[in-house]
Amino acid sequence: MNKSGFKSLSKVSKVLATATLAAGISLANAADTIKVGVLHSLSGTMAISETTLKDTVLMMVEEQNKKGGLLGKKLEPVVVDPASNWPLFAEKTRELLEKEKVDVIFGCWTSVSRKSVLPVIEELNGLLFYPVQYEGEESSYNVFYTGAAPNQQAIPAVDYLMNDVGVKRWVLAGTDYVYPRTTNKILESYLKSKGVAEKDIMINYTPFGHSDWQTIVSDIKKFGSSGVKTAVVSTINGDANVPFYKELANQGVSAEDIPVVAFSVGEEELSGFDTAPLVGHLAAWNYFMSAPTDANDDFIADWHEFIKDDERVTNDPMEATYIGFNMWAKAVEKAGTTDVDKVESAMIGIEVPNLTGGMAKMNKNHHLSKPVLIGEIQEDGQFDIVWETDGVVPGDAWTDYLPESKNLISDWTAPINCGNYNTKTKTCGGSMATAE
Amino acid sequence: MLMYCRQVLVTLILLLTCASVYADNEAAGQPAQTPPAADSLHQITQSLIKANYREKAEIAEQMAAVGSDRSLIILKTFLDGNLYYRKDDNTILIVVDEDNIRDAFTDQPVEGLGRRDKRKIGVNNSLRGTLRSLISQAQINSKNVQLRLEAATNLLKNSEDVDVAFVEAALSKEDNKEIKRILSLVKGLILLQSDSAEARMAALTSFEGSLYPEIRAALIQFMRGFSEQEKASRAGEYKLAQATLDDIESMLRLNGYAENLYFGLALGAVLLLAAIGLAITFGVMGVINMAHGEMIMLGAYTTYVVQQLMPDHIGLSLVVSVPAAFLVSGAVGVAIERGVIRHLYGRPLETLLATFGISLILQQAVRSIFSPLNRQVASPDWMSGTFMLNPALELTWNRLYIIIFSLLVLAVLALVLKRTLFGLQMRAVTMNRPMASSMGIRTGWVDALTFGLGSGIAGIAGVALSQLTNVGPNLGQAYIIDSFMVVVFGGVGNLWGTLVAAMSLGVANKIIEPMAGAVLAKILVLVFIILFIQKRPRGLFALKGRAADNS
Repeated sequence: MNKSGFKSLSKVSKVLATATLAAGISLANAADTIKVGVLHSLSGTMAISETTLKDTVLMMVEEQNKKGGLLGKKLEPVVVDPASNWPLFAEKTRELLEKEKVDVIFGCWTSVSRKSVLPVIEELNGLLFYPVQYEGEESSYNVFYTGAAPNQQAIPAVDYLMNDVGVKRWVLAGTDYVYPRTTNKILESYLKSKGVAEKDIMINYTPFGHSDWQTIVSDIKKFGSSGVKTAVVSTINGDANVPFYKELANQGVSAEDIPVVAFSVGEEELSGFDTAPLVGHLAAWNYFMSAPTDANDDFIADWHEFIKDDERVTNDPMEATYIGFNMWAKAVEKAGTTDVDKVESAMIGIEVPNLTGGMAKMNKNHHLSKPVLIGEIQEDGQFDIVWETDGVVPGDAWTDYLPESKNLISDWTAPINCGNYNTKTKTCGGSMATAE
Repeated sequence: MLMYCRQVLVTLILLLTCASVYADNEAAGQPAQTPPAADSLHQITQSLIKANYREKAEIAEQMAAVGSDRSLIILKTFLDGNLYYRKDDNTILIVVDEDNIRDAFTDQPVEGLGRRDKRKIGVNNSLRGTLRSLISQAQINSKNVQLRLEAATNLLKNSEDVDVAFVEAALSKEDNKEIKRILSLVKGLILLQSDSAEARMAALTSFEGSLYPEIRAALIQFMRGFSEQEKASRAGEYKLAQATLDDIESMLRLNGYAENLYFGLALGAVLLLAAIGLAITFGVMGVINMAHGEMIMLGAYTTYVVQQLMPDHIGLSLVVSVPAAFLVSGAVGVAIERGVIRHLYGRPLETLLATFGISLILQQAVRSIFSPLNRQVASPDWMSGTFMLNPALELTWNRLYIIIFSLLVLAVLALVLKRTLFGLQMRAVTMNRPMASSMGIRTGWVDALTFGLGSGIAGIAGVALSQLTNVGPNLGQAYIIDSFMVVVFGGVGNLWGTLVAAMSLGVANKIIEPMAGAVLAKILVLVFIILFIQKRPRGLFALKGRAADNS
């Protein structure tokens, strides 16, 4: 990723874009619907996760239309299928913006798909809501990140284990790609700043879709048998979790001995298998289906009615989509238009209710302030919430625990107006060239 | 229905344990509980409703202190997460399942409760640990050997919760050798913390040759506690601890090698299962079948469907799935051969593309029919857990079964090829098609059936894999590369080559993995195969025949 390149390019292109967009706006105004683009994979490997989010957006659009739409117009969803194919994400974004002329896009799951969309959405000055937890180290003018940044998921989870469970040895296990690598780098540096010694941290990476966990589980078992409380922090992605947990159970590692806290295991992943051996393992999210609030009960009821299946679960990225959609709707009403620049400035500071109680707020860095919850897996595949942060945690686009980003902040309001502003050198994007 | 089965099982176990505990209390001649104690148990239990997790642990200890069989039942229910209370009047309930809810004290069935009328009394990890320790302390006097063994092993984990007198009392009553050994280790762990040097020395001596991880952990902690001066002043203890630890470590290392070998064989068995079918379609027929992985996937989905049809017999459903998966995948294989591949013989590139297309079609079909979400295939009880050789070397049952199963499949396939008419015809067509044809063999049908056989065996592999990994539309993709690797390495068209290749790749992978990590291990194995194929293009065991001639 070359941020500085994007920035200078996007500044030039923004001038061009506003000029060209003027024509676009008059066109959009002439039309009698507001178009909502949905960019989630409906086929291929990521369909398992992303199909649910497509349905969530469609449900939100339907509900908004029942309330009379926005600005007196009906919303019209435009669904495309990028088929879990990263370059296709960029092409489909171009199609949505240039051909379909959508006013907003809800989409992407993996970081690599978002990175693929980024140059297109910046070039054409579109608007993307990204609803999944991710590794941070990014903030674009054209993207709102409604999922968790590392400081809203990984770091509170480690704090919980360290302070409430008394964990002193750490296994950082992840799938070998950008999100786990970055998160583990942040966690490692965070743990060391808390006085954890190098020998008490074991880092392990596995290929995508890894299914033979025998050696790794056996290693974890050995690492954890030195008499000091040990925990596994898992950034293992999607499908690979099932065989991992199965192997843990088979080798007799229970949550009481070595708890595993996961950032990619939610209700939906658990609905795929027998959770009895997993009881007590942990997950950190901003939302659990078991959250005891009326707003959540209503959301679940609406979801069951929309999807016509009472067994379907809800999960954290769905809540992030819910928050993102409501924020966008509110911002459009506040701005009185769907024009990207006006909506963008209306977005900042907007608050909408969380499903877990309280309000989520959009910050100047395009990330949310929201609460962090820790849940223990139950027999029925749901989570029992055992801990939550006092109040909300503001999402940090650039982590303070890595040397290359600790001086960076993101602030999309005047006078800074920059996604990677260096507080030391007081320049925009200045340090990126030296950092990378 | 699955849930139901489990619940029935839980009830059974619960009833059994209650019965045995009850009998024990009688036998041990404990005084019968007086009514006030029961009342106070009632009150103590009720206070759980409002307590936080830390308070709950204290309450659990008070409940255990009551020491009645009822309190033990309630603690066990609590541990299993089946303890609820009614929202309107705070009655404590034991929920076996939605249709079997009982009052925790009177044991009377409670009816007409909806989902929202009751609330669970939550339990978290540390509380579970406390409960398990409390239950073990009560169960160490049980008559049931299995329960006592379980309790003793638990005490080993929670030795700080009990004192020497308690362990000695249990030891004096114990006559089982294994349990005695464990209890004396528990005693040693407690004594290791004592102030008497003599007791500590005795404890260290009792640890000799024990492979329990708790002992090793305690030794490491014990030695860490020595300051430089103490190392000199208490040299005897330190040296003994060091010697015991060294001894344990060297035994652990040996066990580690054995474990690695087992892991390797287990991985090899999976590779073998995945590759055997391909050894037929690619190895014997020379068809580059990219849809091979999807045949495996179909087998796994067949297992899922069979299990849905007979939800009360999980073990039996697996047995039924084997022929069912063979037929389903085999039938699809025959259809593919007749419909597509038949027209493409001798054009490997087109075959590759066509079968790749078929694989995508099959994946999307499964996605449309079963949804893109993974399906749950349950494992029978006899396939979970471990077979313990010693505390440091436990073999997981599911892998053990799969190793045996893969060898069985290979043996049956070898028999079919060597001993049946179909096998003879197949070999004849492979070696010399025009000659076979002129002897009256319908080569077209032999091709179709051969392809069906290979696909069917892939289906059987799917049944086994459904026990190890996700049953989802992408299941097959994960195994296609590995399968080709094994077949090419083993020598195209040779079953024994496939066996040797699968096992050696599995073991090699597992030997490299602890040193280099899973990602690098896979790469190194691939690099090795590339180099090997350079040297021996026909793999380990080359075979003469149609496939060999063409290459």
